[in-house]
Amino acid sequence: MSERNDDRRKFLAAAAAGAGFVALAPGIRLVEIAAAKPDNEAVTARVRWGMLIDTTRCQTGCTECVSACNKENHLGEVKKPRTDAQWIRKIDLKELKTGRALSLPMMCQHCANPPCVDVCPTGASFKRADGIVLVDRHICIGCRYCMMACPYKARSFVHEPHTDQNPEVPRGQGCVEGCTLCVHRVDRGGTPACVEACAAAGHNAMLFGDLNDPESAIAKRVREVKTTQVRADLKLDLGVRYEGI
Amino acid sequence: MKAIAIAVLWGLTFAVAHAAEPGRAPLPAIEIAKPGQCVEPKDVIRRDHMKFLRHQRDLTMHEGIRTKKHSLNECISCHASPKTGSVIGEGGFCQSCHDYAAVKPDCWDCHQPKPGQKSVAGARP
Amino acid sequence: MASASYVETQSRPAAFWGLLAAGGLFLLAAFAAFLHFEHSGHVVTGMDNQIVWGMPHVFAVFLIVAASGVLNVASIGSVFGKPIYKARAPLSGLLALAMMAGGLAVLAADLGRPDRLIVAMTHFNFKSIFALNMMFYSGFFAIVAAYLVTMMDRSLNGYSKIVGFLAFFWRLALTTATGSIFGFLIARTAYGSALMAPMFIIYSFAYGLAAFLIVQGSMYAWNGLTLDARILARMKNLLAVFVGAALYFTAVMHLTSLYFAKQTDYERFLLLDGGIYTTAFWLGQVVVGGILPLALIFAPGATQTRVIAASVLVVLGGLAQMFVTIVGGQAFPLEIFPGYAVSSTFQDGIVNSYSPVLGEFALGFGGIALAFLITVVAVRVLRFLPQDDFAALKAED
Repeated sequence: MSERNDDRRKFLAAAAAGAGFVALAPGIRLVEIAAAKPDNEAVTARVRWGMLIDTTRCQTGCTECVSACNKENHLGEVKKPRTDAQWIRKIDLKELKTGRALSLPMMCQHCANPPCVDVCPTGASFKRADGIVLVDRHICIGCRYCMMACPYKARSFVHEPHTDQNPEVPRGQGCVEGCTLCVHRVDRGGTPACVEACAAAGHNAMLFGDLNDPESAIAKRVREVKTTQVRADLKLDLGVRYEGI
Repeated sequence: MKAIAIAVLWGLTFAVAHAAEPGRAPLPAIEIAKPGQCVEPKDVIRRDHMKFLRHQRDLTMHEGIRTKKHSLNECISCHASPKTGSVIGEGGFCQSCHDYAAVKPDCWDCHQPKPGQKSVAGARP
Repeated sequence: MASASYVETQSRPAAFWGLLAAGGLFLLAAFAAFLHFEHSGHVVTGMDNQIVWGMPHVFAVFLIVAASGVLNVASIGSVFGKPIYKARAPLSGLLALAMMAGGLAVLAADLGRPDRLIVAMTHFNFKSIFALNMMFYSGFFAIVAAYLVTMMDRSLNGYSKIVGFLAFFWRLALTTATGSIFGFLIARTAYGSALMAPMFIIYSFAYGLAAFLIVQGSMYAWNGLTLDARILARMKNLLAVFVGAALYFTAVMHLTSLYFAKQTDYERFLLLDGGIYTTAFWLGQVVVGGILPLALIFAPGATQTRVIAASVLVVLGGLAQMFVTIVGGQAFPLEIFPGYAVSSTFQDGIVNSYSPVLGEFALGFGGIALAFLITVVAVRVLRFLPQDDFAALKAED
């Protein structure tokens, strides 16, 4: 039965790609659908998932991405700001010298050289071949050293028991967690919930895609405009880049 | 000395006799709401389900392999109790057997024991 | 008090059981706190997503650092061949084991998933300094235990020197690794310095010797003995050297840090307007842990009681130092966007507050209680009371 599903998916992907050719849809679309990986194939380093955030489009006060993340991953509303998990947050910035104000979402930057992975004693904090940095909760002992090491405060510790998990996003007391880049959606060919929500709200400030694919929208964009890696001095080679900082 | 030996023997006989008595340790109530063929033969899955799950867990976690055959969520979607909607709790498929065997799995500290709707995620724009 | 015959420790069974009960009570309180935290989650502690390491770590790291330092007494005896320290080597080894056990127990009890301790021992990320520390800790137990056996079993005395050497180098490596836990944190202003490792070694010398002097003093008092004035004078002077060196390293650390423009904000926070952290630094680490003990040691006519008082102050100062280093370093806002004022729902850009709950202290004191209980029982059943050879001591003078 599962094999039949796989076949059906492959057929649909092929059909969609074909439709793309016929409809002369933007090239990026069909390339990425065609790249959706079959369930039984391991992720490879040929892909480097990344995100580009255009701070000039990001609205101060808008928290669509945050709400979408909380909803998708069943994090719930932030009621206890000190201990509740926040995988993505909006930061309001004001340049001290000039007074220029801007707003942006901050989450796991999915470093190519992640400090959290370096320091994790058990190897629970790891980087997938396609660049997504994750916590393997099966071997996380909750020591919180990764939280000390992360330059972006991108990790949260689960301070309380939970029972209302999304079946596809297991999470529970005593482990450290952070943005997964919605890996459960990405593996099925989808986009992260925050990106989808930002587009749905009409802001289109977040662009997700494969940085290694020269034809992808994100790769084209980072080739054309100047983008910034936060704390670039640390040379962590981030998967998330910002425009307009 | 002899008295002690006899007492011990008697105690053992008593224990053995009662262990065989039905109902002393209630057998697990395994209800299968959706009868059909499991992904593995019954004796294999009973003995080795933890190995399958563990193997699959590492593949999914680290390599993004999301085949359904040994996926925990697929087990749950088939075996969740129609009454509670869960594989744990009263009469839960996983719990009743694990209670009987006195083995505490820690799956449910993080995993959702109820089947859920897959979040809708369309193809990338 | 001849060298040939051992001084037998005095029995006093009622007092002994009293000590065990007192220690046991603290241990029990710690266990209750542990169960509470693990059942309800860390939400019931003062720790949060900003202050991820709190009071338990302050006590745990102090105990671990002091444990490696207390072994120095043995090393001076075995490696550098000083007889008065050689007589104290077994006690030093015992304290090292006891304090290491206490520190590790606290560390483990504060994990989010202490039930997975076995995972920590079977899955190693060799790039992680934390994993390396775990190996150093387990090795420490094995090596120090072997060292104790070679010292206490006369048939194995011949090996004691070589095992002593190994223990000495092992403990230096261990403290280097412990200091590097903080030294390797590139992200935070307070850490990320190569000085962390040597500084922790110097700290360990001071804290370890202070702990040793407290225990030794108590044992002598228990048995109605007085420590020979010459021995006292040497050990107190050594403590002064270590405390002075610790102060020196602290000064260098902050002076170099002040020199880097990107770190002046942190130094201003710590040294001037950091509230509790500034107080803990100046009053706790510098005055109580440094200047006062030096004054007590060097004021003319030092007595056993005064040396013990100085040692207690060094220990208190050490706890203050750990609080400043561990909690203070996290309280200072992590700078993600230099040159910008920031605000968010995740406490970006603000000094993080931390109010530890009683249970966190209970956990920390539980570690001390565990070390205390191990020591009390071991001292009772085996000969750990220093046995001085006064003839040799005289000859050396």
